[in-house]
Amino acid sequence: MARQSLAARAAQSHPHLLQVFWYRYRRNRLGVFGLAIVVLLLLMGVLAPWLAPHDPYATSRDRFLPPLSPGHLLGTDHLGRDVLSGIIWGSRVSLLVGFLAAATAMVIGIAVGAISGYYGGAVDAVLMRITELFQVIPRFVLALLVVAFFGSGLGKLILVIGVLSWPQIARLVRGQYLSHKALPYVDGARVLGMGSGRIMFSEILPNVTAPIIVTASLDIAQAILLEASLGFFGLGDPNVPSWGGMLNNAQDYLRLAWWMSVFPGAAIALAVLGFNLVGDAVNEATNPRLREG
Amino acid sequence: MELDRGPAPAASTEPVLEVVDLVTEIRSVRGPIRPVNRVSLRVGRGQAVGLVGESGSGKSMTAFSIMRLFPTPAARVVEGRVLLQGRDLTELPESELRRVRGNHVGMVFQDPSAYLNPVITVGAQIAEQLLAHNWPGDVEQRIAELLTQVGLRPEVAKRYPHELSGGMRQRVSIASAIACDPPLVLADEPTTALDVTVQAQILELLAQLQRKQGMGLLLITHDFGIVAELCDYVYIMYAGEVIEEGPVDDVFEQPRHPYTQGLLQGVLSVTRRDRVRVTVPGSVPDLANPPSGCRFHPRCPRAMPQCRTAPPPRVTAGNGRTACWLYESDQGIGQQRPGGSHDRTNDGSAAS
Amino acid sequence: MTGQTMDQRLADANKRGSTPAVPGSEPPLIAAENVRKYYPWGRTFFGAQGQVRAVDGVSLELWPGETYALVGESGCGKSTTGRMILGLEAPTAGTIRYRGTPLSELRGDAWTTFRRRVQVVFQDSYASLNPRKTIGQSLINALVFSRAVTDRKQARERAGELLADVGLTPPEAFLDRYPHELSGGQRQRIGIARALATNPELIVADEPVSALDISVRAQILELLQRLQEERRVTYLFISHDLAVVRAISHRIGVMYLGRLVEAGPAEQVFENPSHPYTEALIRATPVPNPREARRRERTILEGDVPSPVNPPSGCPFHPRCPMAEPRCQSTAPPWIPVGDRHYAACHLVADRNAGPGVGPNPGHAKPAR
Repeated sequence: MARQSLAARAAQSHPHLLQVFWYRYRRNRLGVFGLAIVVLLLLMGVLAPWLAPHDPYATSRDRFLPPLSPGHLLGTDHLGRDVLSGIIWGSRVSLLVGFLAAATAMVIGIAVGAISGYYGGAVDAVLMRITELFQVIPRFVLALLVVAFFGSGLGKLILVIGVLSWPQIARLVRGQYLSHKALPYVDGARVLGMGSGRIMFSEILPNVTAPIIVTASLDIAQAILLEASLGFFGLGDPNVPSWGGMLNNAQDYLRLAWWMSVFPGAAIALAVLGFNLVGDAVNEATNPRLREG
Repeated sequence: MELDRGPAPAASTEPVLEVVDLVTEIRSVRGPIRPVNRVSLRVGRGQAVGLVGESGSGKSMTAFSIMRLFPTPAARVVEGRVLLQGRDLTELPESELRRVRGNHVGMVFQDPSAYLNPVITVGAQIAEQLLAHNWPGDVEQRIAELLTQVGLRPEVAKRYPHELSGGMRQRVSIASAIACDPPLVLADEPTTALDVTVQAQILELLAQLQRKQGMGLLLITHDFGIVAELCDYVYIMYAGEVIEEGPVDDVFEQPRHPYTQGLLQGVLSVTRRDRVRVTVPGSVPDLANPPSGCRFHPRCPRAMPQCRTAPPPRVTAGNGRTACWLYESDQGIGQQRPGGSHDRTNDGSAAS
Repeated sequence: MTGQTMDQRLADANKRGSTPAVPGSEPPLIAAENVRKYYPWGRTFFGAQGQVRAVDGVSLELWPGETYALVGESGCGKSTTGRMILGLEAPTAGTIRYRGTPLSELRGDAWTTFRRRVQVVFQDSYASLNPRKTIGQSLINALVFSRAVTDRKQARERAGELLADVGLTPPEAFLDRYPHELSGGQRQRIGIARALATNPELIVADEPVSALDISVRAQILELLQRLQEERRVTYLFISHDLAVVRAISHRIGVMYLGRLVEAGPAEQVFENPSHPYTEALIRATPVPNPREARRRERTILEGDVPSPVNPPSGCPFHPRCPMAEPRCQSTAPPWIPVGDRHYAACHLVADRNAGPGVGPNPGHAKPAR
């Protein structure tokens, strides 16, 4: 009888964790909106060659065409280049920098945070001082300096932004590891003889992914903003079209051609907003305090 | 320790609290759940009543339902009456009920630190309680009196909760519960978070207060030892329903319901070397999808065909009552309880 | 010492059946000698202000096949002692030996053997299983990491057998479930299955049934007892519940403020508690029998357990002891034999038992200073 009820209980269908997550996420309208923005941006970046009506580099005699001109939905710039095509191609740079810089930051941040939190003691003290050191450096100024001295390739840009963004993640991950290492399942793994590396990355890490994803999506937004800011000051990669670069060009024609600045600016704002909303919604959907039953 | 236990207490005293066919429902993703299903109980003046059950039995939810202090907004009382000294609490608006809590019903919980404000001194918290309910006398003096009553020095009034040990905090929350001399105290697992030597102190204190002040005590616990030590009358809950009730001595000596029998046979005592025996197999059912008929039938060693299909009748057995098909034929044979709650005796089978 | 001889020894031991070893008849599995664990307290830039004396000189031995219960109230150091025996924490002072070798000297294969042979079951069955791993993954991990099984396919089969061993059938219904999908009792069975995966000789069970309902509690206790009979596994059973302890243990040690105050065969300690604290603990435990409860004499201790940061001088129990005398405040009581392998640390016991010590006690616990 007991056996029967055990089996019956176990056989009850339980939704997978991801299903539960999506169920909760879906109820957050702003989160769904943010996710839609992010998905559209990704599609835009991937499908740029097919979506863009013009070659973003192609200059023409049709300079300063206003929006809604025939063939140029968002108008043209001072060299007669199509603004819409620039925005579509520019999304590639923004997303690439955003994702890769955030990934760089995550790799460093997770490694530092995990080691710091798991080992504690002197290791923790040293790593946290280094983290603080990186945190007090004004990111934008250092990024400016690096690009000014070493030139502005896309790779360098990603590396600079990534290296400057990890401390936040490191601190977050450290806190998570501090609390998780005190839980019995970690002791259980130690008693089984698992090595520290294995425990840190195969046992604990899967349990702390939710807050990491939250921070990562906020980091992507920040990286996009930072890249655009550098571009605005003319320090972006000059060989690829980017939103920041478009803003840089627009500086001189603010009164003459408002569309040159407004549309790239709106694209940046929308992208940042999208990633922020996704981050918030993931946070809400995974926060244990908001969970029911 | 010798506790005064009146004879057949449930019948002999006027009730302070009478709960009649209470039903509480929680709306959930998987449909409505009834953690409290037609629960009836009574606490007489000066009587210590135990409400025992395992987790998920609905014992705590019954207490929450009495006070309408639900842990989730999805819960509400859908049927039944809660009579406190004759007044139906289910009909009171929230504002009036707030006056009843604390003033007429004192409450003691498992974790006192969750209910004590950490930034307010102990004295101020008790004063708040007194002032909220318009205590007529001198508040300072009353606080000192209360602290002494619960075995603390009056100076403790100036301390903050975090400066006190777990046992002292529980004493403070008892002082606050009895501040307005309520006729009834609800205690939900008041000693579960405490060490055993401190638990003994708190149980002794509750017994003393209850005896001296003649208040009714509804003690919610999972521990049969505590019931045996402190209570006069006991209700046993399973899966949201009261399945047996009776004077403590009777229930412990001659349990009627197979669930109670199993639990008591398996219970371990510190005073003898018991053998570990599995007397109740399986685990508690999922309330979202309770078993048909008698909710205990899948785990019951004496289950009969009708147990699967129809809810059991509530029958009088000795000085108590039980909800079980085994005793259906015994109806009337069991000794009838004189007076009192007689009206509720054989209504179970018809109503459900 | 290699894993193989260890296995052989265990096999020999298994032939002898389920009765615990008579102390002295074979070497103890674990011998803790005057073990201490101090934690810095109130750490500032200039160093710690004081020390928490979580464990303050505990000596005990665990014999193959027995259940040794370590009892006491919160903060008495029973869990910390368990963690040190598991090798999860290093003692501040004193040694813990596993089959004669200090844990701190175990290296390589010997350490791996110790890891496999000494396992743990926790109170919180939910937190003790990785919530992101299925039951199958957790068990297979345990099997593979302890090198009990080498290939993963075989491991899955073995995981199913383990589930059947702990009464979870059919195993297929559980292997692919996550911990949150199971009841507390089922999770605790999984916790036990995971501990069994490595074929341990000792399981440190830290309050394994305290979070469970009474009907489920009996099921888990019965499972633990059955496994002991079948495999002659030794338990260090850490608990605050004396009724449970009395039902399942062969020997018990009572701890107060980081020290053992009484230790001996369980029935002797329960029938003839010699330390006033042991007596108070027993008397404070409610009895599930109303008539007996009314007859029962109750001494209710006053006050709370003092802080282990500044433990009382002399006998740590003297501020709460109903029988305390001036000397209890000044001198720590010695460890005095009060019966067959039954000891208590109390001055009053010393007076009562002024006669010669009872029987030789080779290698048994030395005085806890």
